[in-house]
Amino acid sequence: MTRYIIRRLLQFIPVILISTLIVYALVFAIPGDPIRALAGDRPMSDAVRETLREQYNLDDPFLVQYFKYIWGIVTALDFGSTFNGRPVTDIIEQRLPVTATLALVTLVIQTIMGVIAGILAALYRDRFFDRFVQVSTVAMVALPTLVIGFLLQLVFGLNLGWFPIAGINNGITSYILPALTMAAVSTGILARLVRSELLDSLKSDYVRTATAKGMKRTRVITRHGLRNSLIPAVTFIGADLASMLGGSIIVETIFNLPGLGQQVFNSIQGQEGTVVVGIVTLFVLFFVVINLIVDLLYGLLDPRIRYE
Amino acid sequence: MREPVLSYKDIRVSFATEFGDVDAVKGVSFDVMPGEVVAVVGESGSGKSVTSSTAMGLLPENATVHGEVLLEGRSVLNMSTAERRRLRGADISMVFQEPMTALNPVLRVSDQLIEALQVHDVAFGAEALERSIELLERVGIPDARTRIRQYPHQFSGGQRQRIVIAMAIACGPKVIIADEPTTALDVTVQAEILDLLRELKEELNTGILLITHNMGVVADMADRVVVMLNGEVVETGPVTKILSHPEHPYTRRLLAAMPLLRAAGDPSLEPERVSVTERADASADGLAPNGTTNGFSGDGAAGAASVAPPALQAKDVALEYKFRRRATRVVHDLNFTVQPGEIMGLVGESGSGKSTVAKAVLGLLDVAEGELRVRGMNMPALPSKERKTLKREIGVVFQDPAASLDPRFPIGDIITEPMVVHKEGDKNSRMARARELLDAVRLPSSVLNRYPHELSGGQRQRISIARALTLNPTLLIADEPTSALDVSVQAAVLDLFSELQQHYGFACLFVSHDLAVVDALAHKVMVMQNGRTVEQGTTDQVLRHAKESYTQQLLAAAPVPDPEVQARRRTERQRLLAALA
Repeated sequence: MTRYIIRRLLQFIPVILISTLIVYALVFAIPGDPIRALAGDRPMSDAVRETLREQYNLDDPFLVQYFKYIWGIVTALDFGSTFNGRPVTDIIEQRLPVTATLALVTLVIQTIMGVIAGILAALYRDRFFDRFVQVSTVAMVALPTLVIGFLLQLVFGLNLGWFPIAGINNGITSYILPALTMAAVSTGILARLVRSELLDSLKSDYVRTATAKGMKRTRVITRHGLRNSLIPAVTFIGADLASMLGGSIIVETIFNLPGLGQQVFNSIQGQEGTVVVGIVTLFVLFFVVINLIVDLLYGLLDPRIRYE
Repeated sequence: MREPVLSYKDIRVSFATEFGDVDAVKGVSFDVMPGEVVAVVGESGSGKSVTSSTAMGLLPENATVHGEVLLEGRSVLNMSTAERRRLRGADISMVFQEPMTALNPVLRVSDQLIEALQVHDVAFGAEALERSIELLERVGIPDARTRIRQYPHQFSGGQRQRIVIAMAIACGPKVIIADEPTTALDVTVQAEILDLLRELKEELNTGILLITHNMGVVADMADRVVVMLNGEVVETGPVTKILSHPEHPYTRRLLAAMPLLRAAGDPSLEPERVSVTERADASADGLAPNGTTNGFSGDGAAGAASVAPPALQAKDVALEYKFRRRATRVVHDLNFTVQPGEIMGLVGESGSGKSTVAKAVLGLLDVAEGELRVRGMNMPALPSKERKTLKREIGVVFQDPAASLDPRFPIGDIITEPMVVHKEGDKNSRMARARELLDAVRLPSSVLNRYPHELSGGQRQRISIARALTLNPTLLIADEPTSALDVSVQAAVLDLFSELQQHYGFACLFVSHDLAVVDALAHKVMVMQNGRTVEQGTTDQVLRHAKESYTQQLLAAAPVPDPEVQARRRTERQRLLAALA
């Protein structure tokens, strides 16, 4: 087990190196001069420009730039800074809580709604609620995030006035609509997953054995049916939590949340390579760590899986 | 007169399907007395499981049940859901066919046993755990106190069935319904489980309703027999009468279809069964006249220059499975020879490595050591192109025809696919070949455009055989080809198989766990255990004059459909085991 975890942790190194390299290359490939873009319409003297270009290593060949960047991280934990001189670590520190809150609220909403809807749909198979879940989940999965976001803003924000439309000035309620938007697709997938897994599980031989013991139906379902059918759901939720960080780019922009996603979006536009790479690397790190946790959890839930 | 513990009165069951109602059971009545074993026999679709399930209330929702089920005089079908639930596991319990899936994989055995006790308020907490350990010990799980903490996958198939039985007897039921309890198990394990059930029945005076298709099991266990066909009882009576003097033609047909392991001196034995080539050139076969051969019979006949090389020959073969660069050797020092036109039965229990050998011959597994020669050519050493040409000469029939035929292919395409793969013939000649083969397996050519699901299990297996013969193989690998079929279907397929072998003259490696099937078909037999050869020789030598104790155990464990003979065999087997222990 310890050996397995160490092996997995060692695998992180190449994953992170390669992903930062790719992101760095992509930012590098964006056409235009970031320093000129920074100056906007105002004139900028050649001397200032040269100094700035040198400060950010912009005249070096691509690979040299990349190695200087990695070298900075490894030797001095220097993740670089924006063109305004703000360290990237500062930005992350300030914006991470927003994105983390959004991800957690989303996780809670989609897990509760998805799992409950899936269970009820399976138990009332082919009845009204099941049909309702089937149809509504198709809609949730099919509608683009943008449409769902604007729809929620219009109905619950503007017309009903239940939740704030944008910003984070109202505490946790500010996160409800963005989280609902982000949860929509996954709730739909999760509900369908839990439904089909539970139906399979209820047809299984060990559920029949449990019934033959004389156990109550509810007990058979909670003790024997659910536990087995929730294992794939855990995998899905884990993978989804990791991909939420990517989803936050759109949602934070729609709802004007000052999180990491919004920052990435702005930094790409401003061609601030170090910021983009810093945040995306953080996302990648989350992704691999969460995947490791999910795999370990899987081994805990299913005794047949043992890692060595 | 004693009261029956369980009685079915005029049971009718119909299932609502999208094509209208289907009557599965049409008025079935029979009783089970305390301490009595009643066997319900019949083939798939006879309604034997459905009838029995009415007592447990485990039928799917689309089933409608009429009639009356009495459990110690109480009418079960009119009870409320809660009342019926309280019966399940307490007064009437069940042992299922598939021990590998009957237990919940994510719960410890202790949890699953304890809950069986707690549901019916028999015992709680620490007391329930103690009782559970006692139960495990009672059903013969060694080291029960530690092992009860383990999960189902840490037990073997036979042990899992013992655990299921422990659950079934946990609350001292009046009657146990055992639905094909040993069908998924090896013969030696089957014999042990049947012994256990018999002991428990005598100890607890429980009635047992035994559902089975195996007449040997019936002879071993049953007091009375109910024969079912298409949802109706065709014959019922004491076991000796049904098995020795069956009246109904269907019962007779069932018994006749059951392959028999013949004893030495059995009148049906031919003086000496000889293979196609042996008849042509008796000296070519390397079998030493006095007894066991250790492979290489081809070498022994090297003097006869005209002789064709053996169809299949293994020389010191070792096989291993690789997982994460770690190799586990599962077959060791394998030596055997199959002459052209000869059928070799490869016999063994699960885990013996017999299917692994079949896999290696098919080229699905690399040979770790030794030589595997097909028509004299060492297959693993050949360049890939020549190996492919050689593989054309090997046909294969798998166990489960439902799984080995692509459901999206029409039958015609299934049969001609080997020709397509090896770029042989054109469209017309391929179709002509398909018709010819369908004719050979006695199916009408109209099935060419049908799909596998439109055919029955037996018909599907005929298609598998036809496909295996498409390229006119010199060697056929048959891996348990009839294990998934009903006995009467199995008998027909075996007849056909033997006829085709005579006609086409292919050599065959016939992998099976069923000694009787091998006896009916094979010229010689090899017995494997734990990846090693235990014994090999002619069918007569191995199955009737076995030298090795393992072969003797296997033979003794196979039940025969005659209650008196079986009772004798049972005592003999117990004596044999006692002598070994």
